[in-house]
Amino acid sequence: MRTYLSHIRSIIFTLAILTAMAAMPVLAQQLGPDGAPNPTASVVPEHKLLQQSPRIEGRIDIPSERARVLMQPAGRQWDHFHEITLHWLGATVIVGMIAALAAAYLIIGRLRISNGRSGRKVLRFSSFERFSHWLTAASFVVLGLTGLNITFGKIVLLPIIGPEAFSSMSEAAKYVHNYVSAAFVIGLALIVALWIKDNLPRNVDIDWVKQGGGFIRSKHAPSGRFNAGEKLVFWFALGAGAAVIISGCLLIFPFYVTDIAGMQIAQVVHAVIAVLFIAVIIAHIYIGTLGMEGAFEAMATGEVDLNWAKEHHDLWLEEQLAKERLAARSGQSSAVPAE
Amino acid sequence: MARVKFLCDADRCIECNACVTACKNEHEVPWGINRRRVVTINDGKPGERSVSMACMHCTDAPCAAVCPVSCFYTTADGVVLHSKDLCIGCGYCFYACPFGAPQYPKVGNFGSRGKMDKCTYCAGGPEDDSSPAEYAKYGANRLAEGKLPICAEMCSTKSLLAGDGAIIAEIYKERVMKRGYGSGAWGWTTAYHEGIAV
Repeated sequence: MRTYLSHIRSIIFTLAILTAMAAMPVLAQQLGPDGAPNPTASVVPEHKLLQQSPRIEGRIDIPSERARVLMQPAGRQWDHFHEITLHWLGATVIVGMIAALAAAYLIIGRLRISNGRSGRKVLRFSSFERFSHWLTAASFVVLGLTGLNITFGKIVLLPIIGPEAFSSMSEAAKYVHNYVSAAFVIGLALIVALWIKDNLPRNVDIDWVKQGGGFIRSKHAPSGRFNAGEKLVFWFALGAGAAVIISGCLLIFPFYVTDIAGMQIAQVVHAVIAVLFIAVIIAHIYIGTLGMEGAFEAMATGEVDLNWAKEHHDLWLEEQLAKERLAARSGQSSAVPAE
Repeated sequence: MARVKFLCDADRCIECNACVTACKNEHEVPWGINRRRVVTINDGKPGERSVSMACMHCTDAPCAAVCPVSCFYTTADGVVLHSKDLCIGCGYCFYACPFGAPQYPKVGNFGSRGKMDKCTYCAGGPEDDSSPAEYAKYGANRLAEGKLPICAEMCSTKSLLAGDGAIIAEIYKERVMKRGYGSGAWGWTTAYHEGIAV
């Protein structure tokens, strides 16, 4: 035991001597040739500090984490993202999507119901499902427009309506964006809860893609309640929605969870995901209205034409009709007195 | 017209915070807003330095670039000012500012920051020079009276310099030559895209 302790003691002693020897040149640097302290020896210049970390932070009497940051040159990079990258990305993605859809409309045209309307209706979406969809949709449009105003308003609107009017409008738009976001969160949560079961991937989705997704008229693309395209929109909306909600929460409660770098990243995520989301939803709106005959009524009245359902959601229609027959049969049997 | 700048000679700053106090007093800045602040790096360690920091009135100011309502403008002297009438309190200028200069009167949940406030280089705002309206929103306009910013004017060690960028750079250079050391003009490379070579 004793020898063990003395071993440790000698090791510590050797380490101490080695450390002292290593520290000697540093000490020498801190003292000038005349023995006076050299005031610059230990000062780390700004560019060295910035090489070590993206921000220079220090101690400050103000009780605020933000005020502690002396310098964050990353602000200039964020400026570049916001003014150059985001403007180009947003304009390209959104205008590009509109152009692509216009081209699709001109080339493919409106997808008609092949066999015409049957006149018989099938319930596709219940009133609660439609409410959830429209809650999300209406809040999305409001959030999209007010969000785009923050990025593109000063280019598009400001020169037209003037600085005073644009400023008042943008301030109102900012509050609308911040509060309407709650409706979007609720709407998205409802949509996910209602439809996640029918959006799980199935084997038929592969077949649907192979058959051209209903865009090739000679082929029939089989599908359940939601086809593979709709499922992609669903999962995209879920992923992108979660990303904009989380980043949005960070931005709406500034500096509660994150520091300045976190706020910048949150804004980048929020903006990039949002412009992609807007582009995807523009396509979703197109196919649900102008792009396909008989599709919009599913969300308007909730009922679709039998022939439309047969063409686009055959497997789902079979299930529905089977359920109806079953209900009718049990209805008949229950009508018969149980004697 | 000169291009005015700030320069904090960190080797002279004694962290007395008089610049902070003088600024608050001169402009009657509301509680919670600090147009100027002193940050101490390596506090209590060898090489400790304090730097007085406010808006540096940047060249190609990032705050002005990112402002969604374009409420910033640069004067002929290179001072970056903004209009509180146009500001919507979105907070973007704070994300873009390399120096943490923009301040807001409120905490800011749900976008309720209020109108942004920052160092004006004692040059007021878009209102008429030295008018009561200008004073209420932006504080004193010393530049219009031919005076330099109060923080630099009353700095006891003349660590904080304000004025024509070329002249204060020359003063700093002379100091470094004479005393034989200098930790550099803090923030100059980021703010003005140029350091001071000695």
